[in-house]
Amino acid sequence: MSAALRAVLRVSKEKEVTIQMLQVEHLSYDVLEEGKQSEILSDVSFTVNDGEMLVITGPNGGGKSTLAKVLMGINKPTQGKIFLDGKDITDYSIDERAKAGIGFAFQQPPRFKGMTVRRLLSLAAGKTLDEKTCCNLLSSVGLCAMEYIDREADATLSGGEMKRIEIATVLAKHHDLCVFDEPEAGIDLWSFSMLIKRFEQIHKEKKESLILISHQERIIQMADRIMVISDGKVESIGDAAEIMPTLFGQEIDSCECRRQKGGDLYGV
Amino acid sequence: MESNNKVELDKVTQDVLNVIDSYGFKQEGAYNLRLNGMAVCRGDSRHINIVTKEDKPGIDIHISGEAKDEMVHIPVVMSQEGVDIVYNDFYIEDGADVTIIAGCGIHGEGCSETRHDGIHAFHVGKGCNVKYIENHYAEGNGTGQKVLNPVTKIYVGEDSVFTLETTQIKGVDATERENYIELAENAKLFVTEKLMTDEGQTAVSNMDVELNGENSSARIVSRSVGKGNSKQVFHPKAIGNNSCHAHVQCDSIIMEGAEISSIPEIDARHVDAQIIHEAAIGRINDEQLIKLRTFGMTEEEAEAVIIESFLK
Repeated sequence: MSAALRAVLRVSKEKEVTIQMLQVEHLSYDVLEEGKQSEILSDVSFTVNDGEMLVITGPNGGGKSTLAKVLMGINKPTQGKIFLDGKDITDYSIDERAKAGIGFAFQQPPRFKGMTVRRLLSLAAGKTLDEKTCCNLLSSVGLCAMEYIDREADATLSGGEMKRIEIATVLAKHHDLCVFDEPEAGIDLWSFSMLIKRFEQIHKEKKESLILISHQERIIQMADRIMVISDGKVESIGDAAEIMPTLFGQEIDSCECRRQKGGDLYGV
Repeated sequence: MESNNKVELDKVTQDVLNVIDSYGFKQEGAYNLRLNGMAVCRGDSRHINIVTKEDKPGIDIHISGEAKDEMVHIPVVMSQEGVDIVYNDFYIEDGADVTIIAGCGIHGEGCSETRHDGIHAFHVGKGCNVKYIENHYAEGNGTGQKVLNPVTKIYVGEDSVFTLETTQIKGVDATERENYIELAENAKLFVTEKLMTDEGQTAVSNMDVELNGENSSARIVSRSVGKGNSKQVFHPKAIGNNSCHAHVQCDSIIMEGAEISSIPEIDARHVDAQIIHEAAIGRINDEQLIKLRTFGMTEEEAEAVIIESFLK
């Protein structure tokens, strides 16, 4: 469905029509570990509506990042289907999904020797960006543009700087759906507020659907809906108001859960 | 030879010059073009004087201390088979600020060897700023080997800065490069070496840097890409004979059936000599490829972008 048509539907029918930008059906992802099939994602189904913000949260190692990578085509699902704007993209490669309209910000972005920030942003936009556009992009993620535009996106940048440039690469172009894997990780408080504002703005404009993987209360609070992924499964999904109260102040429960599974706390 | 009489150059020569002289060879100011073993055009400028050697093939380039932000172009083109050995000596007076654009391009259509051995020596005075840019390139469908064996000796005087940029991206079947550099007190050296080999090409690069003067420093960055069944060997050596700093960094991307070996040698002969060597060889980083593919590039497009940036 074209963006224009969606806009018309939105205006004419207001809340009556919900258009699903992303539909994920019975997604599973297995890996072979020490000769044994191990399930990282198990029968995950959910949707993201057009213009909606879905925040995915849950314990470390629960499968959130793997799910994001399966959505982008970096990992191939063992089972299940993915539809973007009604189109089956399950067999699409990474670049085909990018062209279909998915943007992706990595949790740990790679660095590029010899590539300037300006060039990286231009590659992300798919066209040569002028200085003003690059500067606006960098400013919107809290970087002083002139200091960074001609620097190389290599190991001389700190983790937080690289992370903000990573987010800027996704903002460099319109996407129907953007996936941000822990955008807050490694970012200082000042830049974090700026980032929140940027996400709020995108969300308000409703031109892009957003999936944010996060542990941050302030990000979770922005969500229309929240999905909790734990142990590779959808533990819960629903409106923010409904899920929010179940999330915090439950450390004991989650500990017990992990103990039962022989997980993190008791180790080895 | 009159400097304002421009010589008409054929298309092959002009095309090769466009590749090896990125500043543009215009037969203006100080220049010398050596084509198939002969100097075909030459010009002097007020501060730069080029003189033919009497005893052997080659030229002496005299650069006056009055030269400020000046350029000299001395390209070599070989469009006929054969072996050309040339000796070029640079005499750079105290205080000169100059950029020297050299380089050699081979256009080989024949079946026997085309080889150019450029033996260069730089005698750099005190307080100079010298940039030496050298581009090596070969093209043509001939089956004959296209070979470049440059030897570069650089003597950097007190308080001088010498920047060496050497690039060989395409077409040269075999190269053996010898660099020898001596640094006096407070002298600074910056070297950037870029190399790409493909098919059955071979490249050997030896570089000895002697840090003789107190507070001398050297920064050497070498980046290479090996494709096909090509072979590369790097042997950078930094010798600290005085209180000095040296940093050698060799990075290589290995692809297909290529072989790359990096043999660093650091040698300290003074208690205040600080010498660091970093070397890494590896295939194209998967995460970089994936990141670029999330921009909508195919794997091949992403690979090309990564290599282009790496060698930029």
